Amino acid sequence: MTPWTFFLEHRAEILEATADHLTLVIIAMVFAIAIGVPLGMLIVHRPTLRNLALGLASIFQTIPSLALFGFLIPIPFIGGIGRRTAIVALVLYALLPILRNTYVGLTGIDPAVLEAAEAMGMTQSQILWRVRLPLARAVILAGIRTATIITIGVATIAAAIGAGGLGTFIFRGVAMVSDAVILAGAIPAALLAIAADLLLGLLERRLKIA
Amino acid sequence: MHYDVPSLERGVSIEMNAKTAAENTGPAIQFQHVTYSLSSSVPRTIVNDICLSVASGQTLVLLGRSGSGKTTLLKLINSLLVPTAGQVIVRGRATTDWDPIRLRRGIGYVIQDAGLFPHFTVAQNIALIPSLERWDATRTAARVDELLSLVGLEPAEYCNRRPHQLSGGQRQRVGVARALAADPPILLMDEPFGALDPVTRAELQREFSALARRLGKTIVFVTHDVREALLLASRIILLESGRIIADATPQGFLRIDHPEVQAFTACLTPLPGASA
Ligand SMILES: Nc1ncnc2c1ncn2[C@@H]1O[C@H](COP(=O)(O)OP(=O)(O)OP(=O)(O)O)[C@@H](O)[C@H]1O
Ligand SMILES: [Mg+2]
Repeated sequence: MTPWTFFLEHRAEILEATADHLTLVIIAMVFAIAIGVPLGMLIVHRPTLRNLALGLASIFQTIPSLALFGFLIPIPFIGGIGRRTAIVALVLYALLPILRNTYVGLTGIDPAVLEAAEAMGMTQSQILWRVRLPLARAVILAGIRTATIITIGVATIAAAIGAGGLGTFIFRGVAMVSDAVILAGAIPAALLAIAADLLLGLLERRLKIA
Repeated sequence: MHYDVPSLERGVSIEMNAKTAAENTGPAIQFQHVTYSLSSSVPRTIVNDICLSVASGQTLVLLGRSGSGKTTLLKLINSLLVPTAGQVIVRGRATTDWDPIRLRRGIGYVIQDAGLFPHFTVAQNIALIPSLERWDATRTAARVDELLSLVGLEPAEYCNRRPHQLSGGQRQRVGVARALAADPPILLMDEPFGALDPVTRAELQREFSALARRLGKTIVFVTHDVREALLLASRIILLESGRIIADATPQGFLRIDHPEVQAFTACLTPLPGASA
């Protein structure tokens, strides 16, 4: 069986898995952004929280993904078999690039500009919303872009805990020792990652301030 | 390159505060034994025991070599820096007793190298304090137009540009307009004409000296150009390594017998090629 014939025979199934995969990624990204960006803003002026948040996010990132999924299964409420656990794990993974880029973007601003803002009599929160955030948005988006690509990849492993998505083909293919089946999961996942990268890259360039 | 010569006759509403500044009887700014040092491993004193009183409506020029502490003195006035010892009194109150936000809203600050916000248009940069003070849109827009004309930039052409689309000199002029926007009684100007070509610079200096006299604002003006100091100042302070070494009127300054003063006035002698 060639990959192509397998793909044609199972195209409806593959399409459905792709949609599931994308849903998983989008939900995880929405949560990761909703947590990562505000947290990044919060830690600009809070060094203790900053070390804690960045430290924790880095630790999550270093846990091998399969192990992280495994660790989460026995935890009540967020754990168990299925989508919810997978999303929690994906959020934890996506957090670091978003959090770090938000923080770096907000703090890596030309000090002369920040000093001007302060000298004009802007409050710290006005400086954050009106100066830091608009100037950091391209860097923040770059973090979101990295996180999205990571999440698309890691989400294939979510199939191991029954969350569905393109990983189902990969795991099935490994079990069947069939390249065709593995590729039916791997190729759409790669295409998704490339598409997300291009799209977000385009957006990022538009947000850049010359 | 051609710059429009700004006509300051258009700056009508800029004069609103002239009265308020004059009513303020005491000195607008006072330094009382102000020292500012860096608390690094080797403590460094940048400003050393400065006593200075700036009367309302005066144009005080701070002259001094690079690194002499001019910018530091300005930052002590608007509380960007806090004195290590002594105090700075602005409009009757020590800067440490002021709410820094209120203090700064009443002090226009032209930053060395302009310091414009790169993500704002020229109009948004100028309208920053008006927008923080919640002026309505019509009043703000009228003010922006007025100020752009004042600094010699055609409003229709420059309003929607971003700072990176301006020349260095144009950026500085936007910086001046931004500082004047909310009509503050005190203006701090850190080499505002530094990036201009000598011809435009001379024109702006003449216009500015006329403006300064009419506005009745208290102005602290930093420069290392003696000509500029003599032209604009009602009083010149010469700084050397964070200390005041001369305090004189422009006429008096030329007669001071101090090597650092003479080093500066020597810059005024005619060029070698000029005929005697
Ligand atoms: N944050 C800082 N850390 C270390 N040194 C500083 C700092 N700020 C200022 N200085 C030093 O303090 C001295 C005075 O600086 P200041 O900026 O007031 O000089 P200036 O007179 O404005 O010079 P210029 O004409 O070059 O702008 C300089 O020697 C400078 O190196
Ligand atoms: Mg300076």
